[in-house]
Amino acid sequence: MQPTFSSSRILLPVRPWFIVLSLLVALFLNFLPTSNWPGVPDWVALLLVFWSVRESRKVGMGSAFILGLAMDVADASMMGQHALAYVLAVYGASSLARRILWFPLGQQALHVLPLLLVVQVVQFGVRLLAGAEFPGLGYFIGPFIGFVLWLPLTYVLLLPQYQPVDRDANRPI
Amino acid sequence: MDYQPPPFFKRGPAPLALFSFYAALSVSLLVVDARFHTLELLRQGLSMFTHPLQQAAHAPADIFSNAGNYFSSVTRLQDENAQMKHAQLDGATTLLRTRQLEVENERLRRLLGVRERQQASGQVTQILFSARDPFSRRVVVDKGLQDKIVAGQPVVDDAGIVGQVTRVFPFVSEVTLITDKDQAVPVQIVRNGLRSVVFGLGDGRLELRFMPANADVQNGDMLVTSGLDGIFLPGFPVAKVVHIERDTSYSFARIYCVPVAGVENFGEVMVLEPRLATALPTQLTAETVVDGGKSPDKPLRAKKKHLKKE
Repeated sequence: MQPTFSSSRILLPVRPWFIVLSLLVALFLNFLPTSNWPGVPDWVALLLVFWSVRESRKVGMGSAFILGLAMDVADASMMGQHALAYVLAVYGASSLARRILWFPLGQQALHVLPLLLVVQVVQFGVRLLAGAEFPGLGYFIGPFIGFVLWLPLTYVLLLPQYQPVDRDANRPI
Repeated sequence: MDYQPPPFFKRGPAPLALFSFYAALSVSLLVVDARFHTLELLRQGLSMFTHPLQQAAHAPADIFSNAGNYFSSVTRLQDENAQMKHAQLDGATTLLRTRQLEVENERLRRLLGVRERQQASGQVTQILFSARDPFSRRVVVDKGLQDKIVAGQPVVDDAGIVGQVTRVFPFVSEVTLITDKDQAVPVQIVRNGLRSVVFGLGDGRLELRFMPANADVQNGDMLVTSGLDGIFLPGFPVAKVVHIERDTSYSFARIYCVPVAGVENFGEVMVLEPRLATALPTQLTAETVVDGGKSPDKPLRAKKKHLKKE
């Protein structure tokens, strides 16, 4: 399909503390008891992919590695399991970043889906090598929910950048 | 004259180089963790950052469940109270006799010169949450290094064995449940004293492996810890046999069991004190001290000489 490039808004530069805050919130969401339910996406992976597509200079493989280690410790999984998966996804996202941003949001999400699946498949492969058993197909539902969430997530996370530089009292945003 | 690119084109190392570096680092961490288990200190350090966040994340759920308990109906509590009184009265007779039997057993053992059985003692802990990892069955309890918990301590609830402490952090520790895949507990069957090892299957059941197809195992048999591992005290209930497949084309029977304890429940559990190591007979220890540090075939020869002399 021919990419149909519709001109996007010129955004304000992102504030670094907002990226850090959003990644911490994602970590918090992953620690919630709800993360045991099938179909709850890996928020950290989703946010890492989002920021490395949007701001590949600011969020890179270093932050992916550190967040991966934090997840490994909190998750009682093998050390380096999440780290490897996140680093791989961020590498893919940052090398695809230029291409992805040309597409409308729906097709962007289609690009993101395989990246999120890679995160699950790599972790599954690592644990399979270590002798674990197949945890059920529910384990692979999360990326698809992440795929659906890509559109609302983009709007929410880019909201602070939509503000005009010179505030107009008659316009809320 | 050499032209350096202006600094605003500098973007650090190439992405592929960075990726190879981080991927190699993760893979080496994985191998070290899986093979040598030497990353506990790194884990403990990182847990100082992640555990407060985890506690905060679990706080809302705790508040909800506490509020639910608070508003639970009075009649239900009364029912529960009556049931408990009944159960206590039921158990009281056996308990009274057990105490007397234990004293008697101790006296008889002393008469026989057998070492006394260790009394079970431990610390009551609260299960905080289950680990998010979908590949393993672990829970986190609220006592850690601060309370002198060490890896390997058995964990029991009011009905039987729940699991074993596998990782200890400063304030919490991780308990691997007996239903975790390949988690093994040495057991014996109460009815006939048959010894075996029961393995977790990872799906909430346990399997008694490597039992011959004609082994004397029946549905409903109770398995208790045999204590041969030197970790679990003998006599704690572990599981109940629920299903036996005896296929003549295999040499082993497939025996499935379910855990007796509320392994998948949340609540309070008891972390038992580590079991005291049983001392080897003096003859064995004396020999190893004499022959320690010499070539491995020496002890054999020494033994042979000893035999010849006799």
